[in-house]
Amino acid sequence: MTHPFSATTDLPVILQPTYRGPDALGYSRWLASMPVWTLPAMAVLVLLWPTIVQAQTVYSTEKIMGIMVKWLPLLLTKGFAMNVVISFFTMLVGTIAGLLLGIGRVSDNRYIRRLSWLVVQLFRNSPWLVLLFIVMLTLPFEIRIAGTYFAVPDWMKAVFGLSLPIMANIAEIVRGAIQSVPSAQWEAAESLAFTRRQILWQIILPQCFKRMIPPWMNWYAIMTMATPLVSLLGVTELVTLSRQAMEAEGNNPSLLVPFYGFALIIFFAYCYPIARLTMRLEKKFAVKG
Amino acid sequence: MDIMKGEVICIIGPSGSGKSTLIRCINALNDVQSGSITLEGYNVHDPRLNKLELRRKVGMVFQQYNLFPHKTALENVMMAPLKVLREPRAEVETRARALIRKVRLEGKEDAYPGELSGGQQQRVAIARSLAMNPNVMLFDEVTAALDPETVKEVLLTIKELAADGMTCILVTHEMGFAREVADHIYFTDKGVIVEHGAPETFFANASDPRTRKFLGQIL
Repeated sequence: MTHPFSATTDLPVILQPTYRGPDALGYSRWLASMPVWTLPAMAVLVLLWPTIVQAQTVYSTEKIMGIMVKWLPLLLTKGFAMNVVISFFTMLVGTIAGLLLGIGRVSDNRYIRRLSWLVVQLFRNSPWLVLLFIVMLTLPFEIRIAGTYFAVPDWMKAVFGLSLPIMANIAEIVRGAIQSVPSAQWEAAESLAFTRRQILWQIILPQCFKRMIPPWMNWYAIMTMATPLVSLLGVTELVTLSRQAMEAEGNNPSLLVPFYGFALIIFFAYCYPIARLTMRLEKKFAVKG
Repeated sequence: MDIMKGEVICIIGPSGSGKSTLIRCINALNDVQSGSITLEGYNVHDPRLNKLELRRKVGMVFQQYNLFPHKTALENVMMAPLKVLREPRAEVETRARALIRKVRLEGKEDAYPGELSGGQQQRVAIARSLAMNPNVMLFDEVTAALDPETVKEVLLTIKELAADGMTCILVTHEMGFAREVADHIYFTDKGVIVEHGAPETFFANASDPRTRKFLGQIL
């Protein structure tokens, strides 16, 4: 074991603390720690792949490139765009629901507190795919509002399924942020005759808004990376379309790496800047408090 | 313990003797466990008490200032009258500016608490409480967290307030100040009021041995 200092003493001293608590930003920290050349390196690798495998297949490099160029626009506009749309709406629904649930976790009503706790535990610790399946299979494919039937598209159901775990995790962010504000702020506001609700919305939440942003963005990146899960349920998005495109091109195994490699690159290209920004904001807010 | 309108009361005593608890009970921040407190017709010890209504009449200033860090000095002062009393903004702003002048912080209206010194923050906190037009002001060791040089400016503000006829209840360790402004001094130890009296008699010839011991230690 090495220590960064060399002073010696026979007094009992606390050594470098090795344990660090759960990292709220673990995912973004990991993603952001990758060097900037990771993305070009991945791209080069995927581009080189066809030449490497050329010897073993009937598909020439040119043919594979031609197929990719043909499908790229569709994969982007109908595929990845859908992942982004799903991630936006999931974050919207998850944030609103999570905010209310997080406030429920610190309610002064014991029953609301317990119920919120149960909901958070349930959705935070369930496999996302299981939640997705439950929502997809239980939500009706159309709902009736004032006599008219409205079709509920598959992607919208996927949004609800994905927002459940996001809701639960954001609720924990909100609860943590609320509890990080010193209780003296509550007392000061109480002594000025503010009601509990006023204190929460006008004094406590505005103060912790900033410190909620980095973990909130962290969950956005995690969830965006998880959106291809919905392809298992037949929702049209990047991975679903990639599979269909490969099928249309004869399902040759030499297409697997170009197509899935492209999916990997595009997700990385989207989430990497978000992770970098998350870590930057984290640093900035940490100094200002 | 009876306090008349316009009186200035100082509560002194060793730490852990219940001084802060006593004044925190007055605006119902702490629950009254036994005994009774009556403030202008409000039974503070009554569990059915409308705490919000009581707190509009009782201002409180804390040791750690507890200003709202995301609001400027002026906004801190204006917030409660606007949101709690729902008074018109123009009126509140005039009053808030006057109060900031009164605590000698003219020009600091737009500063955030983080940009002000401890003494300045504490004076904003006093103005913030005064903005509610309270009938009683509670001061909970308001100078204990301050640098010696800024203590004076806060005490001066309180002294002026007392001179204006505001009923003030102070928990303090500033014996000189207590002697100077208080109409009456209470000494607490182990949760009970041991002794009380006018400052001249209290400091000159305290009768209880506990009081004498305490005064002997700090004077």
